[in-house]
Amino acid sequence: MAEHIVKSFDQELLELRNMIAEMGGYAEKSVLDSINALMRRDMEQAERVIALDGTIDALQRAAEERAILVIAKRQPLAQDLREIVAALRVAGDLERIGDLGKNIAKRVVAINGQMQGNKIFGGFNHMAELVLEQLKQVLDAFAQRNVEEALAVWRSDGAVDAMYTSLFRELLTYMMEDPRNIGFCTHLLFCAKNIERIGDHATNIAETVHYLVTGQSPSGERPKNDTTSTMPVEFPAVAN
Amino acid sequence: MSEIIKVKDLCLWYGSSQALKNISMDIPERSITAFIGPSGCGKSTFLKTLNRMNDLIPDVKITGEVKYDGRNIYGPGVDVNDLRREIGMVFQKPNPFPMSVYDNVAYGPRTHGIRSKAKLDEIVEKSLKNAAIWDELKDRLKKSALGLSGGQQQRLCIARSIAVKPEVVLLDEPTSALDPISTAKIEELIDELKREFTIVIVTHNMQQAARCADVTAFFYLGNLIEVGQTMQMFSTPNDRRTQDYITGRFG
Repeated sequence: MAEHIVKSFDQELLELRNMIAEMGGYAEKSVLDSINALMRRDMEQAERVIALDGTIDALQRAAEERAILVIAKRQPLAQDLREIVAALRVAGDLERIGDLGKNIAKRVVAINGQMQGNKIFGGFNHMAELVLEQLKQVLDAFAQRNVEEALAVWRSDGAVDAMYTSLFRELLTYMMEDPRNIGFCTHLLFCAKNIERIGDHATNIAETVHYLVTGQSPSGERPKNDTTSTMPVEFPAVAN
Repeated sequence: MSEIIKVKDLCLWYGSSQALKNISMDIPERSITAFIGPSGCGKSTFLKTLNRMNDLIPDVKITGEVKYDGRNIYGPGVDVNDLRREIGMVFQKPNPFPMSVYDNVAYGPRTHGIRSKAKLDEIVEKSLKNAAIWDELKDRLKKSALGLSGGQQQRLCIARSIAVKPEVVLLDEPTSALDPISTAKIEELIDELKREFTIVIVTHNMQQAARCADVTAFFYLGNLIEVGQTMQMFSTPNDRRTQDYITGRFG
């Protein structure tokens, strides 16, 4: 892209991009560390993730202020305007991702000592890996303005939803097996939902990349495989 | 929306240098069409071809056709004065005549033969109201127009141009010499005027085109590069040069 005649405009856009890139790095770290804290029951790491959220929030506020200032000063049009709108949207998604990471970390602290060596963590790990890969890929796509890569992330969200649905079922069976599992299984269910939502935010970012480059949202229905909100849960008949 | 002006293969030369190259476009009726582009791109020249203002410049050669209401305005037997009554023009710098406010607005109707005082009063009031300046000037109708502020003078010029009930009003950078408040008043006025008139505006102010126009055309080096709905032109232009120009990357 050719440079603006006013060089400081380019500089302002570059600074905004850098702020988003920095936020993206922190958001990835928040997700990765919160999952690791969950896998290893690492309280210290969980505390660090909780503290990191403040940094992400502050960056989002700074990026928003910067974006508003650029709009006021430059009255951007066409791809310049989309660039700023995209930065605002992505900053919002990344901030939410930070919140979700923090929420997982808080639950790690909450269920400290209650967790049993369950095979369920394998499922978590797998889902988290997939979401982290999506997040990384979509942030790369955003940095490189790569629509194809963004669309690949957009299409892959269905797989995360499917994993979440299967985790949901699995956690239900543990709860049915033994009511003492209900406490920590509920926390784990929220953790799984958080990871699934992080995937949704990655999908949002993919849509934003598409808008940024083409001026349009991706066409067609967003892939969805999360059926848990309509899934009936039947408790097995109690034997007398 | 139907087209009031249809331009086909219009070329214009100033002496040996070609200022307009095969311009073809339609101007939709009762809407605002904006021409944008860097200095020297031909947008003002093109605007002037729409009511034959270029006839006054020596060494101008024009080919192609401009159809207004189905008739080529460069064809034989066209009365230029009638044409300019139908297609009026307002210029960059306010140019009120050195006479009273009233006489400025009544000038056109008088030259077209209206003598009745009552009729002229009615036209003056309606035109000044249409130009959103009646309230400011109704007690100063007999005062000289030269004593008005720049913004008032420009709205007076718009009132003068609409006093003869044209179909089309051409505006050549009408706000480039005005402060932001006067500019806002003119923009508001243009928006009102499109109910009754077809407006074509040349502007250097990109935001102004984005704010006011329904259709925007981008000119560059005598070529019409792209024309489309303003929303689309300023959000997702098709041509790279349009994109570069509106985002301030060349010009």
